[in-house]
Formats: sequence, C-alpha cells, structure tokens
Amino acid sequence: MTETGIGAAVRRTEDQRFLTGNGNYTDDINVFGQTYAAFVRSPHAHAKINGINSTAAAAADGVVAILTGEELAADGVGPLICGWNIAGKNGVEAHNSPVHHALAMGKVNYVGDHVALVVAETQAQADSAAEMVEVDYEELPAVIGTGKALNHATTIHEEAPGNMCYDWEIGDASATDAAFANAAHTTTIEIVNNRVIPNAMEPRACLAQFNKGTGDWTLHVTSQNPHVHRLVMSAFNGVAPEHKLRVIAPDVGGGFGSKIFIYAEEVVCTWATRKVGRPIKWTAKRSESFLCDAHGRDHVSKAELALDADGKFLGLRVNTKANLGSYLSTFASAVPTYMYATLLAGTYTTPAIYCDVQGVFTNTAPVDAYRGAGRPEATYLLERVVETAAREMNIDPADLRRRNYIQPDAFPYQTPVVHQYDIGDYGASLDKACDMADVGGFAARRADSESRGKRRGLGYSSYIEACGIAPSAAVGALGGGVGLWESADIRFNATGSVTVMTGTHNHGQGHETAFAQVISEKLGVPIENIEIVEGDTDKGPFGMGTYGSRSIAVGGSAIVKAADKIVEKGKKIAAHCLEAAEDDIEFAGGNFTVAGTDKVMNIAEVAFTAYVPHNYPEGVEPGLHEQAFYDPLNFSFPAGVHICEVEIDPTTGETEIVNYTAVDDFGTIINPMIVEGQVHGGIGQGVGQAMLEGANYDENGQLVTGSYMDYTMPRADNLPNFNVGTTSTPSPLNPLGVKGAGEAGAIASPPAVINAITDACGGAMIDMPATQEKVWQACQAAE
Amino acid sequence: MYGFDYHRPGSVADAASALGGADDGKYLAGGQTLLATMKQRLASPSDLVDLGGIADLKGITVSGGSVSIGATTTHAEVAASADVQGAIPALAAMAGDIGDRQVRNAGTIGGSLANNDPAADYPAAILALGATITTNKRQIAADDFIVGMFETALEEDEIITSVSFPAPTSAAYMKFKQPASRFALVGVFVAKTAGGVRVAVTGATSVAHRGPKLEAALNENFSASAVDGVQIPVDHMNVDIHAGAEYRANLVKVMAKRAVEACG
Ligand SMILES: Cc1cc2nc3c(=O)[nH]c(=O)nc-3n(C[C@H](O)[C@H](O)[C@H](O)COP(=O)(O)OP(=O)(O)OC[C@H]3O[C@@H](n4cnc5c(N)ncnc54)[C@H](O)[C@@H]3O)c2cc1C
Repeated sequence: MTETGIGAAVRRTEDQRFLTGNGNYTDDINVFGQTYAAFVRSPHAHAKINGINSTAAAAADGVVAILTGEELAADGVGPLICGWNIAGKNGVEAHNSPVHHALAMGKVNYVGDHVALVVAETQAQADSAAEMVEVDYEELPAVIGTGKALNHATTIHEEAPGNMCYDWEIGDASATDAAFANAAHTTTIEIVNNRVIPNAMEPRACLAQFNKGTGDWTLHVTSQNPHVHRLVMSAFNGVAPEHKLRVIAPDVGGGFGSKIFIYAEEVVCTWATRKVGRPIKWTAKRSESFLCDAHGRDHVSKAELALDADGKFLGLRVNTKANLGSYLSTFASAVPTYMYATLLAGTYTTPAIYCDVQGVFTNTAPVDAYRGAGRPEATYLLERVVETAAREMNIDPADLRRRNYIQPDAFPYQTPVVHQYDIGDYGASLDKACDMADVGGFAARRADSESRGKRRGLGYSSYIEACGIAPSAAVGALGGGVGLWESADIRFNATGSVTVMTGTHNHGQGHETAFAQVISEKLGVPIENIEIVEGDTDKGPFGMGTYGSRSIAVGGSAIVKAADKIVEKGKKIAAHCLEAAEDDIEFAGGNFTVAGTDKVMNIAEVAFTAYVPHNYPEGVEPGLHEQAFYDPLNFSFPAGVHICEVEIDPTTGETEIVNYTAVDDFGTIINPMIVEGQVHGGIGQGVGQAMLEGANYDENGQLVTGSYMDYTMPRADNLPNFNVGTTSTPSPLNPLGVKGAGEAGAIASPPAVINAITDACGGAMIDMPATQEKVWQACQAAE
Repeated sequence: MYGFDYHRPGSVADAASALGGADDGKYLAGGQTLLATMKQRLASPSDLVDLGGIADLKGITVSGGSVSIGATTTHAEVAASADVQGAIPALAAMAGDIGDRQVRNAGTIGGSLANNDPAADYPAAILALGATITTNKRQIAADDFIVGMFETALEEDEIITSVSFPAPTSAAYMKFKQPASRFALVGVFVAKTAGGVRVAVTGATSVAHRGPKLEAALNENFSASAVDGVQIPVDHMNVDIHAGAEYRANLVKVMAKRAVEACG
C-alpha cells in the first residue's frame, strides 16, 4: 500500500474548500441580469383551482413575469415523469401513472404543490408578489394515512382508482403458504416504517440561463446526476434539446437521494428563462424543503415468519402498503418494490418468501429514494421480525441468526427474491461485533443499570444491501427505463498530470480523494497531480450519477478500465522508446520497465512523448486519453452486523445509546477514514429515524413537522462514540473488489436501535420514532 | 421579510418616543424571536426600535442580597457572570442552557420576558425566585407580570429596563427539553426563599405558572418524596406531537423531584 493509494486514510482534499467557506454552490453563483423566482404554492392538501388572478401581483414592484401551468402546457413542456414501470399482479402490465404537471392544471394535490411561478428583480419582490397572486381554491377532502388510502372515499387521481398505483408481488405464494402450514412457530408483527424528510444541509436550488446568440441553455442545479437531469429534461419535458442544454451540478451540500430527482422547479425555471429573456435563480427556503423535497420511507406492513422447532426459518410472508405521496417522483415506483422486497431474504437461507406491495397515493409530498431506499425498510422489517421470533422462542437472538445464515461456502447464493449474492461471511461479522460490543458482559451491565433504577437493552441488526446499482439488462427486465452503467475519461496532460472525468457526482462522499487514490494506485501518479472532474455535462462523458452506493463499485470500475487502457497504450509507447518488444514491458508504480533490465520510462515521460510524438511508434495515435464505460455484472452486497445498547430512565423515557458497534463488510476499502465517516453519518441518520425524526401530517394534510422547531434532527449529543470495525470478503465481480459504503449505516441502524429499546422495555412493539413519550409508556406498561 | 424603518436610540426615553412616533413599531433586542417571525412574514412591524445602543440597559449588579440584570443582557452574559453564579447558580445554569451558543449570544432577558413564550425558561425563573421587573414606567412583581400565553403586564410602549432577583437560600431548575426546538417541554424551577418554597412550571400549560400544590407539599416536607403525593392535574396540560397530557404531568413531577434533590 502506498501512502496515497488504495487502503490509505488520505485526508479529503475537497474539505479544504468546504471547511474554509470556499465551496461553490448553486446559490453562490450569480450572473448578469439575473432575476429571482418564487413559487406560488398550494396551502391546501387537495383542492380544485377555479381560477388564478395575477393582475395585482403582475403590477407589483419589480415583477418580471408570472407564469402558470396553462402557459407551460401551451409551450409543449411535458409533465414530470417516473422512470420505472412496475408491472402488477395478474398480468397488469403497467402501474397507474397520473399526469404530474410541473405547474398545476386546475388541481393541487399536496400542501406545497406548485401553482405558479413569479419572476422578479429581487427575491423579496418575488416573494411579495407571490403572496399577491389570488388563487380561487375549492377544497376537497384530503387522503392522509398510508394504511387508509386504498379505496378511500376520496380519489385523488382519475387515473388511479382507489388511490392505487400498483398491486405488485414477488416470490412464491404457494410455497410460502406451505412453509407456514409446516411451521412449529409463527411470529407475526405489524410494523410501520416512518416517513422522514431528507434535510440536506444545502437546500435545493437552480440557476437557469438561455443564451440567445447560441441558443444554448445552461442550468446550474443541485443534482446528484446532472446527465440524468439533462436527459429527462430534454427527452421527456422537452424544455431544451439535449445537445443545447448544459447541466452543471457544482458543489452540492448533501443529497441523501433527494437530489436525484427531476423536480418541477428546475424544469419550470429552464423553460421560463427563455420566455422572459433573463437568467432565473431559485433557491428553496428551508420551509419549502420540508414541504417539497421528496420524502423517504413511509410503509405500513404485516410480516409473518415461519420457523421450525429449532428456529430454522421456513418462510416469510409480507404485505406492505407503501405511501408514494401525491404523484410519482422520478424513481418512486421502484423503491418499495425492487429496491425493497428483493432484500427480504436478508442474510438468511429462508427458502420461501412472498411479498406483495400496494403502492398508494395520498395528499402528501411525493416519496422517493432516501439513503438506503427500500433496503432500510426491508432490513427494519426483517430484523424486527427475527428479533421478535427469538424472544418468542426463547432463543438467543444472535444464535437464531447464526442458525439461519447463508454459509460462506454457499456462494454464489440465489435467494428466492431475484438477487444472487456473490460473496459474504455473515458469521464472521457477527462474531466480531459480539466481541467488540462485549455482549458477554451485558448481563452484568444490565444488573448495574437496574440497581440504579434504569432499564437496559441490547439489540442486533444483521443487514445486507444491494449496492453498486446496477446491471443495465437486469434493470431493464424489472421495468427500469435507464441503463445503470458508469463512465470514466482519463486524460493525461502533456506535463504528466491527469484529469479524470466521471459521470458520478460528489456531494459529500469524498470522490475527489477516493477516486484520485484509485488512479494513484493504478497509474503511479501522485494524487496532487490528479484532478477529478464531475458534475458538468459539457466536460465529462455521459454518466448516471451518484446514488445507491454505486460510485466506487460502478464508477470506480470504469476508472480502472480506462486506466488499464492507458497502461496498454503506454506500453506501446514505452516499448518503442526503450527499443524493446511490447510484451517485455512491465508497468508498476508509474514506471514502464523492460523486464529484467534497468531500462525505465516514467508514465509522465510517456505522456509527454504521446503529446510531442517526435519519436513515436508507427500506427499509434498521439495523445494519452482513454475512456471507458462499465456496466456491472451484478449488484454488490455489503453486509454486516450492528449492535446497539441503550439505557433508559423509566420515569421519563429518556433513552441513551450507551454503546453502538458496527461491523461492516465493504470488501476492499479505498479510504478507511472516508468509509468510517460514511458509517458514522449513516448511523446518525438511522438513529434519527429510529428515535427522533418523523414527518407528521395532520388529517387535513398540513405538515405539522414543517420546521426544525418540530422536526427533530439527530444532533451530536444524541449519539455515542461509535465502535466501528470491518470484515472483508472482496467482491469477485468488479475489478476493485469493492461493494459500496454510503448507505449501510442508515440501513443497519434503525432495527438495532429499536431492538435494543424494545429489549429494555419488556419486548412490546414500539414504532419509530421511539420518542421519549412512547418509551415512557412502554416502561409504564412493563412495570 | 417586509421593509421597515430602523431606529437605534441612545436612551430609554428616546426609544419610547421613537416607538410612540411609529405606525406599528416594535422594540428589537436580540431578535431571536422577532426577526425569525419577520423573516417568515408572520410579523410586519413598520419600525424597529433597537434597544442595543442603550448603555443603561446592559449589565449585572449585585447589592443587598439581590441580583439586578439589565434588560439587554444576553443569556451568555448571565451564564458567564461570576456574580450570578455566586448568588443564584441555578439562574446562571438556566441561562447557559437556553437554545444554542448563537441564541445565547444574541437573546436577552428582557426580550425573553417581554415575549413570554409558554415554553421559555426565564418566566419560570422570575416566578420561582419572586423577581421584580423594572420598566421605564414602574416596578412589576413577577406574579403580576406573567398574564397569559405570550401575554404580559407590559403596555404597548413600555420598556423593561432591568430585572431584580432576590437571592434564594437554594434553588434549582430542571428542564426536560422538547427534542426538536429544545425549548422546555416541561421545566420546573424550585426555590427555597426567605418567604418559603416557591415552585414555577413552564412548558406544561399555556403559560408559565406557580405550582401551589407542590409548594404546599414542599413547605411541609422539602424532599423528593413529598412530590410523590401531589396530584398534578392533567386537564390544562398542553397536548402536541411531542407530548400528551399524561406525559407532561408525569414530567412535571419528575422534574420537580429532580429540582428538589438538586436544591439539597
Ligand atoms: C433556536 C432558538 C432556540 C431557543 N431556545 C430557547 C430556550 O431553550 N429557552 C428559552 O427560554 N428561549 C429560547 N429561545 C428564545 C430566546 O431565548 C430569545 O432570546 C427570546 O425569545 C427573545 O429574546 P430576544 O432578546 O431575542 O428578543 P427579540 O426577539 O428581539 O424580541 C422579542 C419580543 O420582545 C420585545 N422586547 C424585547 N426587548 C424588550 C424590552 N426590553 N422591553 C420590552 N419589550 C421588549 C420585542 O419587541 C419583541 O416583541 C430560543 C430561540 C431560538 C431562535
């Protein structure tokens, strides 16, 4: 291992600019003649619009234009799309897909829905004019509540009778029923996965410009996938031809999924900038982020686990109602189906699994991928039902898991629900985690807590996730409308420095450092001579972006492929210059050497020769610049075991996480410090969901948790010092052996926390978020 | 935020006349409540009269067994004051646990009391410690100052100039925080004073108030176990997404016990 190569804990080079206030975010960018946008938003969850009167608003100070859905439609701008079709039960080929206008056409369907765009000279003028737009609403009853939406008295969309988007299933129903018929024990739970609001530090923003001279648009936008933004906005919304639209996602302050999606704001501003002839800036106010960023999770499920007398899992049967919100966001349909139920085997050999999912519409913000996307929902459900079964059968929960683990010699392992796992050693992670968490000393610690009038609990979570999304053909077969390969472009400069462009996007993950480490390792170039360029459709090759912990597994593999091509070409050039046969050239540590001699040429010299090809091999093109596209062979499957220990004050329900252990198998780790940071952040988010966060709509569809005064984000003092370790079974299916680490913490932690809390409170079910009040009530009931 | 005219008078008298001359003016202290409501366009005063330039309103003095705190003294200054820490450590600790560092460096005692948020801490402190509020017009006893939810005895243009706290024998404040805002979900301030035990509760109901039943029980027997016997009525408790009435009533009891124990 070199000091800056794979495996080194290199400090993140990008942090210098982030931590010194020199980042360059969308809202930091200002251009000549810029105007400001404010959206008129629906104050009602569900209403007809009988008319919009903007006469007074249009006459207000500084107003440049007020535009509505009628004008958007008249200009042929298409509605917002969902890119993944879900075929349903009984041969239904397509899900119900209500039209999602970027600006309302006669009806609004959630509080915050987009009614009109106001463009003005200043933000304050735009905000004031937006207040003056008179909208004649006729309120309709709101459909609220994941479990209540189906066949509600009110239908939100004509295209979705009974408020159903789809009724989908996976697995073998009759085999699963048979497993239950033979079960010695059945454990049944009803379980809610609470809705959360993403809360990226930087709110969404865009700056749209149109150049009359060239007919080009430039859109700066807070995006995790600028090429996907460009593709969708040109192919589906039709706001600009693909080759005339440049999408730039500059520094982006966190996404967690919420910046994958193509939202109304950027579509409308890109359309409007040409119409009004001025650049338009929009930056979400935090209250708009709460209302309109796609929310996450929101499932209501019933899970049944069939076991034999020894605790072997025989079958798992699940029904889930998934709240999709008022419209389908960009990838919403896939999250509670293929991102979710395909993970229900977990790390276990359960032979029969059946799950059906009803995706429902409600008058709430759209719901889509949020850190983990489907996999946290699967893990939470599975690990809660497993822990509950262990308690019911009086089997040690670690032991029950061990009895059911897929064994290391069983790979590749085909689950009953689509995925084929490549490799893993779940028992190794469990053993290490039990050791690190000192599970053996728990009984004594519990006795000590009890002597102080406290309660103590321990909870496990044994998770697996599917990352590195995804093989394009598999995605296509499951209804996805895109390919999920990745690209890399390595350009040596004549002086030996390297510019690397990839289609992924860095919004907190540390790509600028980790990708440079891969290049440094593979090509022997010092990392200070490597520039990683992402986020600009005019610079890098087409790429699919960053989500689903895919960047290193898919993007990193593309980088390796391109690096291999550089080495291949470099060998030809070195062989010529060193007067040796190409086959005799070896490459290591940045040097091309003639095997068995001391004749050597550094890659920087090769690069110079390639650009100044005075003495050059015949038939070889000048330049040292290679590109690669990589389509993964399979998903990657990070897995691990998290153990949470809590102490509770039963008089108040105050819950302290006194010990938190995470053992993760991420395969090869490029930068352990970055990975540890990702694990910490993920656990923080998972603890947030488990104990603190929860989007709360009242029965009229008003978001009660619409600000930080009521929506509880996890803070440093809610979290302990994490006890983090790893095991490693490198993935055999990609060249780096990596698996992805961005979401694991958020996937693994909620069940670990809730299993610990319920363990402390006598075992009764507690739904997330396990607020102090709920914990207090559970303690009361247990006493 | 809507537009407004800004004034920065150098004296209390000038401040009062600036407000008197305004259409719909407001005094501005730390701005931690007022500016946020203006930014959200929930308040639109025509004029802001900034009290920050009035030297007389700032500072802490101790004399004759009581601590006097100028109205524009920040929470951070109260928390860090050796005088307050020496005379009424519970008050310094309370101020040091308001909001976060930024809030404490800007927010003031006068602003907090004039605002009288039902979940704020200072209202409990003045009630339990039997403080006196001095304004540009008069002196008001704490029990008369707190009137209702966001409502005080202050007249439209009246300015709090200082607050005087008689030092208790011992006192303690226990705050159970609302998890998101970290205001008091329930806060209980217990003080042993020359005139007996005083207890004030904030966060639990629509306004901070004295706890006469708790006071009676504690005057008889100043111990945590005495609190056990007190029935905390649930019917006036606030009910919101963070806590129901039963839970809040329970917290009143638990916080009262903890405060009594901390008083020693
Ligand atoms: C994030 C956050 C967390 C907070 N947490 C807490 C907490 O835990 N506990 C708590 O108690 N408070 C908390 N607060 C409120 C904080 O204590 C503020 O200091 C207080 O609400 C208002 O004080 P201010 O000096 O900022 O007043 P301003 O916001 O400037 O004014 C508030 C009101 O008082 C009036 N006013 C101000 N000074 C005077 C005066 N001298 N005479 C007459 N009227 C006056 C103003 O006209 C205005 O109506 C929090 C605030 C924030 C933003």
